[in-house]
Amino acid sequence: MSAVDAAVRPRRNIELVLLILALVVGCGANALTALNEGTSLGSNFWLESGTITIASLALHVSLRFRAKYADPLILPIVVALNGLGLAMIHRLDTPQTDYGNAQARWTVIGMALAAIVIWFLKDHRTLRRFTYISLILSAVLLVLPLVPGITAGDINGAQVWIRVGSASFQPGEVAKITIGIFFAGYLSTNRDLILLAGRRIGKLQLPRFRDLGPMVIAWLASIGILIFQHDLGMSILFFGIFISMIYVATSRASWALLGIILMFAGSVAAGYIFPHIALRVDGWLNAFDPNVFGRQYGGSYQIVQGLFGMANGGLIGTGLGQGRPDLVPFANSDMIIAAFGEELGLVGLFAIVMMYALLVTRGMRAAIGARDAFGKLLACGLSAGIGLQCFVVIGGVTRLIPLTGLTTPFLAAGGSSLLANWIIVALLLVISNAARRPVDTTPIAPDEASGAPETILTQAVKQR
Amino acid sequence: MNELTLTVLRLGFLVLMWVLVFSIVGAMRRDLLVGRRHKTGAPSAREVRRNPALAEPPPRQHARELVVVEGPLAGASMALGESPILLGRAQEATLVLEDDYASGRHARLFPQGSRWFIEDLGSTNGTYLADRQLTRAQPVELNVPIRIGKTVIELRP
Repeated sequence: MSAVDAAVRPRRNIELVLLILALVVGCGANALTALNEGTSLGSNFWLESGTITIASLALHVSLRFRAKYADPLILPIVVALNGLGLAMIHRLDTPQTDYGNAQARWTVIGMALAAIVIWFLKDHRTLRRFTYISLILSAVLLVLPLVPGITAGDINGAQVWIRVGSASFQPGEVAKITIGIFFAGYLSTNRDLILLAGRRIGKLQLPRFRDLGPMVIAWLASIGILIFQHDLGMSILFFGIFISMIYVATSRASWALLGIILMFAGSVAAGYIFPHIALRVDGWLNAFDPNVFGRQYGGSYQIVQGLFGMANGGLIGTGLGQGRPDLVPFANSDMIIAAFGEELGLVGLFAIVMMYALLVTRGMRAAIGARDAFGKLLACGLSAGIGLQCFVVIGGVTRLIPLTGLTTPFLAAGGSSLLANWIIVALLLVISNAARRPVDTTPIAPDEASGAPETILTQAVKQR
Repeated sequence: MNELTLTVLRLGFLVLMWVLVFSIVGAMRRDLLVGRRHKTGAPSAREVRRNPALAEPPPRQHARELVVVEGPLAGASMALGESPILLGRAQEATLVLEDDYASGRHARLFPQGSRWFIEDLGSTNGTYLADRQLTRAQPVELNVPIRIGKTVIELRP
């Protein structure tokens, strides 16, 4: 027995060490920019570094109190990414703009929200009660940018923003979370039906037609985002989250296959019907064509400038503050990866990609460890969402796939994206806490006459 | 600040980023490593000699058949394959119980590793494994009665 129920260590001290290292990376990037540009470290630098340090340490302390067994690696990774993003946004600020400080404010708000989630969400299973409310909420959030009066109108070709006071907000980012909760709740309840019913053709077990309902809804919703909001990235992201969750819930390749075919068909059809998507694809395939490069609308100027920047950076980069990433339009949001590629080079960019990969791995690890289907699916869907978002953005910037307007999680300038991603991190931490917390391995009935149940249980634990 | 210092700092920063990545991977490796105290799976021969309690139990027989021993369907049996089995009154169920005391989707039997587990799906009257109500998924041994409403089923080799 003693070999089985070995104590699980909280590993909060390792988190603290890694967190300090992550803060050194984040603040170091900021300091290095200032040094390279020949300016001194102003009060701005100390204020920003100070707030980030205090906020992330506060988050660490709240983990010590409320989620002792949470994964120790998630927080340092996210803090490092956020710090790097802050430094780069600051570096890209012209004397007229001030995205850096805005991003720092949003970072603090995001961390505060994450701390609130960690303090008040004791058990992630509570969220399961809000399965259908989440569905309605996601629908409202997705439709909001289209409602006259609140909509911020067409910004850069996509209608995904709403106006709140003087600021604009992207409700679709928050919908990522609510849609994850809905799918997790729905699939964990109806998994058996989807899994067991249906007809088998060869190796593929096809689902019954009426079980296809949620898939059709998810497909229609993502096509709707594409048609009405002109946002290919978000549309791919939502459907991708759904596909990955249904694949994990049923472990049936047929579902994933069906979904990918549907998505592909939808995208191709959209490419034929909507000129702006066709232009995007053209700008991707023929990026270096002078006509496409110089085109007024939907040209490849942005992506090609990004590629030139990364080529300029080479293997080890030009050094922070010494390249010209500001030549790329939207260098601090959509194209921030190109800016990092230029100034930190391939070596630095790969370190960033590694951090994302590790973050997704830790999310999946929490999903594997979670003891309930809902937690498994939610952790899996949220981390698959982060992974997919990185793939779509980095793939777009490096011209692997057509460029779409998604934000790079934690790096890109944008308050709504930062808020939503910090909440996602808090949820992953809560789920990983439940997953790593030691279980009560004592048998249900110690007074059982025969010793059988005890040995059965210990074996079950051993096998796991 | 001179050029050399800046170059050193620039390269140093890249090294620092990778130090962070590798320390995260290092911490993760320890998480994945199965240490002596955390060891699961089959114990080595030496460990068994030192601690006889760790010895593997004799190989169990695998369940191949599900038999209804009591209730309206008494005498019926079905072969166990590799897919999970849904028990209940609903038409979707793998084994449709014509039992007024069973819920539509009552319980689920599913294979994991070499054994079968039973899990109650939130039924009204509950599922009993060896006269004990189920509160979570539990492994089912051969010939142990599972009671659902008035139906009793058992697994047979």
